[in-house]
Amino acid sequence: MTVIAPQSSAAVTRGTGRADAPEGPGSARAARLRRRIGDNLQAYAFLAAGLLCFALFSWYPLVKGIILSFQQDNFVTDPIWVGMDNYTAVLEDPLFATAWLNTLEFTGLALLFGFAVPFVLALVINEFRHAKGFFRFAVYLPVMLPPIVSVLLWQYFYDPGTGLFNAILSGVGLPTSDWTQSPKMAMISLVLVSTWANMGGATIMYLAGLAGIPGELYEAAELDGASVWQRIRHVTIPQMRFIMLVLLLLQIVATMQVFIEPYQLTGATNPETITVMILIYRYAFTVNNDFGMAAAMSVLLFIVLGAFSALYLRLTRKAD
Amino acid sequence: MSATTRSLISEADLRRGHGRLIYRLVLGALGVAFVLAFLGPLYWMIIGAFKTPIELAQTPPTILPTSWHPQTYVDAWNRLEVGRYMINTAFYALGGWLIQLIVDVAAAYALSKLRPVLGNVVLGGMLASLMLPAAALLVPAYLTVAEVPIFGVNLLSTPWALWLPGAANAFNIYVLKRFFDQIPNDLLDSAGIDGAGRLRLLWHIILPLSRPVLAVVSIFAIIGSWKDFLWPLLVLQDPEGQTISVALSRLAETGRVTNNEMFAALAIASIPMVVLFMIFQRSILNGLSAGALKG
Repeated sequence: MTVIAPQSSAAVTRGTGRADAPEGPGSARAARLRRRIGDNLQAYAFLAAGLLCFALFSWYPLVKGIILSFQQDNFVTDPIWVGMDNYTAVLEDPLFATAWLNTLEFTGLALLFGFAVPFVLALVINEFRHAKGFFRFAVYLPVMLPPIVSVLLWQYFYDPGTGLFNAILSGVGLPTSDWTQSPKMAMISLVLVSTWANMGGATIMYLAGLAGIPGELYEAAELDGASVWQRIRHVTIPQMRFIMLVLLLLQIVATMQVFIEPYQLTGATNPETITVMILIYRYAFTVNNDFGMAAAMSVLLFIVLGAFSALYLRLTRKAD
Repeated sequence: MSATTRSLISEADLRRGHGRLIYRLVLGALGVAFVLAFLGPLYWMIIGAFKTPIELAQTPPTILPTSWHPQTYVDAWNRLEVGRYMINTAFYALGGWLIQLIVDVAAAYALSKLRPVLGNVVLGGMLASLMLPAAALLVPAYLTVAEVPIFGVNLLSTPWALWLPGAANAFNIYVLKRFFDQIPNDLLDSAGIDGAGRLRLLWHIILPLSRPVLAVVSIFAIIGSWKDFLWPLLVLQDPEGQTISVALSRLAETGRVTNNEMFAALAIASIPMVVLFMIFQRSILNGLSAGALKG
């Protein structure tokens, strides 16, 4: 190539060292400075779109959310500063405790099903010498469905009168259930469909972790006379500790933001399944139309989840 | 099987008479369980749509339809306008993917290879956004989209309400930057001597070398936008412009849809992602595994 594009001069000079400074040392310094400014301008030109998107849709909303939580704002007249009023209103709402308890119940159950079961599944599948591909495919297939598809499909399965589940239960002589409509089962029903739809991700990650455990460790344990259980306890679990911790944090953060299952299966009004996200949605968009209260609740959720997210980021970045 | 690839239970244990029987039993039982648990509901959905609403609701349920009604799929496509919502969703997904890729690749390139002053601060600020749970930003982000600061425009009910917030993806920028970091600078420098500009270096050297990571980022971007529910529910208020997920939720609540039509609609809505999974199974599952190991 003979023609040198103007913007490429910086790259050229970097490649050829100091050959571009035939004049005195002073003008060389000025040229270097000019070049550095030019380089930075170019770099920021590439960064501009990203910076703008982050500023407008990530950093600004964060600040706005915090400010809004201290304001009364009807978006017509100027917002009024109300101090902690939104927070007291949220804390005094009888649904506050309900929403948090329900969310914790969902997260707890989801961890039981979605954290422990995939581990056992992965442990077993990893021992198979056949059809591993099928197991990986089948368990991950539901994860690919749009979540609303899983939820609506299960809604038909759960139907107390015509649903598949009750048909099967009564077919084998077991008592039927009201599923999403009974206070006792409602939350479990939500967790079941959520686990079905999401457990593939955890299983695949566990499988990847298990595949990375050096075989010599098992061999050595076996020579020392360790039983299968002892091998799991003293080899598998210590080796998997990091992945298990990362997944635990990820799942806590994800399941505490549960929305679509309670929204679709039991509605935004059912006190049995009102979660923190449903309450935020209600405050802002349905019952109260109070963005200040919704923002205050969001800040509280952020404080709780931010800690888990920060821990997760620290762990994974350290691992790099 | 060599010693290095052995796992919890040794090959010899599995081959011995007793172990072999247990192995076969567990393999068979788990295989059946997986077929029933994970493929069964999908079978029920696809086959259910061929049944009449009465047959679909009857006890005991039938495994195969007594009479086949493929017309249900056509009805769902036309009467429920599933076709329109699918095209909407594809449009949002592809547009969002393209914008996300342009914005994130440019940012990652700048941070990795051009290394501007305060680059690390910018990267830190972007990564910090990963600490924000999406849910906690929901309300202020909605208000921001309703009236974008500085520009003062209202993006509600426009595709930009999905595209622009989605473009600010710190995870993608981080993954891309780490990949770009591994591309040797010598390669760029020698091309620079030949007179290539910054954009040319990106286009002709970095991007061709980055195909694997671009593929993974692309697939996950498209899956993500296809699966999104709450955000499109809030920002796409015009029913005609809704995504398939939001439209299905609304249709289910109106109650004017027969259950076999709904099954057909659900099955159609699942097709693109399932096909994508069948084609890119390896990259999707391996991408996920790599994410688990490297973070």
